[in-house]
Amino acid sequence: MTLLAIENLSKRFSSGGREVVAVSDVSLTLGPGETLGLVGASGSGKSTLARILMRLLPADGGAIRFEGKDWLSLSGANLRHRRARMQMVFQDVLGAFNPRATVASVLNDPLRIHNIVPKAGRATEIAMLLDRVGLPANYAERSIREVSGGQRQRIAIARAIATKPSLIVLDEAVSALDVSIRGKILELLVELQEERGISYLFVSHDLAVLRAVSHRIAVMDAGRLVETGPMRQVIENPQSPAARALVHAVPRLLTEPTEGPSHDV
Amino acid sequence: MSTLCQIRNLSVTYRGQTLPALDHLNLDIAAGEWLAIIGESGSGKSTLARAVAGLLPPGAKLAGEMRWSSGGSPLPGRDLGFVFQDPSSSLNPVLSVGEQVAEGARRHLRLSWTEAYAHALKMLERVGLPQPDKAMEAFPHQLSGGQRQRVAIAAALAAKPGILIADEATSALDMVVQAEIVSLLDELVREAGMTLIFITHDIALASGFADRVAIFKDGRLVETGPTGLVLSSPREAYTRTLIASHRDLATPPLIREATP
Repeated sequence: MTLLAIENLSKRFSSGGREVVAVSDVSLTLGPGETLGLVGASGSGKSTLARILMRLLPADGGAIRFEGKDWLSLSGANLRHRRARMQMVFQDVLGAFNPRATVASVLNDPLRIHNIVPKAGRATEIAMLLDRVGLPANYAERSIREVSGGQRQRIAIARAIATKPSLIVLDEAVSALDVSIRGKILELLVELQEERGISYLFVSHDLAVLRAVSHRIAVMDAGRLVETGPMRQVIENPQSPAARALVHAVPRLLTEPTEGPSHDV
Repeated sequence: MSTLCQIRNLSVTYRGQTLPALDHLNLDIAAGEWLAIIGESGSGKSTLARAVAGLLPPGAKLAGEMRWSSGGSPLPGRDLGFVFQDPSSSLNPVLSVGEQVAEGARRHLRLSWTEAYAHALKMLERVGLPQPDKAMEAFPHQLSGGQRQRVAIAAALAAKPGILIADEATSALDMVVQAEIVSLLDELVREAGMTLIFITHDIALASGFADRVAIFKDGRLVETGPTGLVLSSPREAYTRTLIASHRDLATPPLIREATP
């Protein structure tokens, strides 16, 4: 069964009279409960693809089917209504929130807009959401600016799961976090997936992060999809030059004490 | 190796802050070594870089000592090059690439503008900028992030400083470009026999080429020692946590492998 099918998607930008092909004839599928890692260097088109999927940019050509329906033809109230099923978490957690908001109002909005819980039950639901992402219930009253970067990303995840989506698009969702916090957020995402069957499209330039959570991987280069396959297969035996470069670029932790200085002193 | 700089009881407190960003630091920097300063946000690693370079913002309170073997503090630009994380804010947006690289050479090597431009062109070639003659005329916004960082490196090294400080110089770049810039820095520092102070949050990146690592947390030095030794037998719990948090392609994934 397919949850999401992207078919022959294309997008061009014109910049100073020059045509740039950002996404060129890309087709992808994603199944329920599956994580697809979308990787590529800067300018590969992966973020443009994600933005088209989130309906933040129009496509020039191609189609997207989501939960069996034409996703790109939705508009107005229909689109707003259906957005409950496809949520997103961005890299810049502070930029993704109204800076004057409290944690409670950030979580209340989706519950209200998508009519998930009647008004009387919302405080309890907010407490449950906070608990689910590992934050104490009394965080509800805090300002979104008062909490740390890792906590803010937990709140962004709570906001995303509030509408009971089938798909969450994660756009560099852990890239700005310290490594010790990053691992905890990745663990939380995997737990939520196992518990609720959510699918993730995880966009990142960091293959090591994608390795931790992705079942399959899609590699983009210069707007094209150049390679796709099971995660393990692609990192063990990359076929395209772009995938080989990405695999090669991941820094390895060298711990051999016998190596000595790496250069002549 | 002779000691280049002895840092004793160095504390830095930013204006308006009560807690110090760097708290009673003792650390020696040896001439010619490649030292990686590793830490997470708020560890004080960038504060140390700025204190060493004399680039702390006005109003920052500094206590303790930095004793330089040369007698005086190194002059930024001449004795010490600095590469920042974000070249789009460290480069001047209204100066051409050629002007900003030539500027340091003209001022510190006392070259004429003509000589300084010729030197800048050579530097741009050396850092691997494509079409260096065209790039001389370009403005920073016309270049990609990786190319801008190459320009920033050329500008930092234009006056042939003996010390290079790279403060998260590759963190804003994608992985492939990061690997290219790291190997460029490695080449240039090796070739010129510079002392390198490499500030990073990425313990694996540092493990690839630093002689010595210094692990920072909450403004304090947690531990320091030869890279291989600290990473293979860390003494402190925090160092062990950092090592355990590292993920690369060999780390077991968090999900079950088979596609559902």
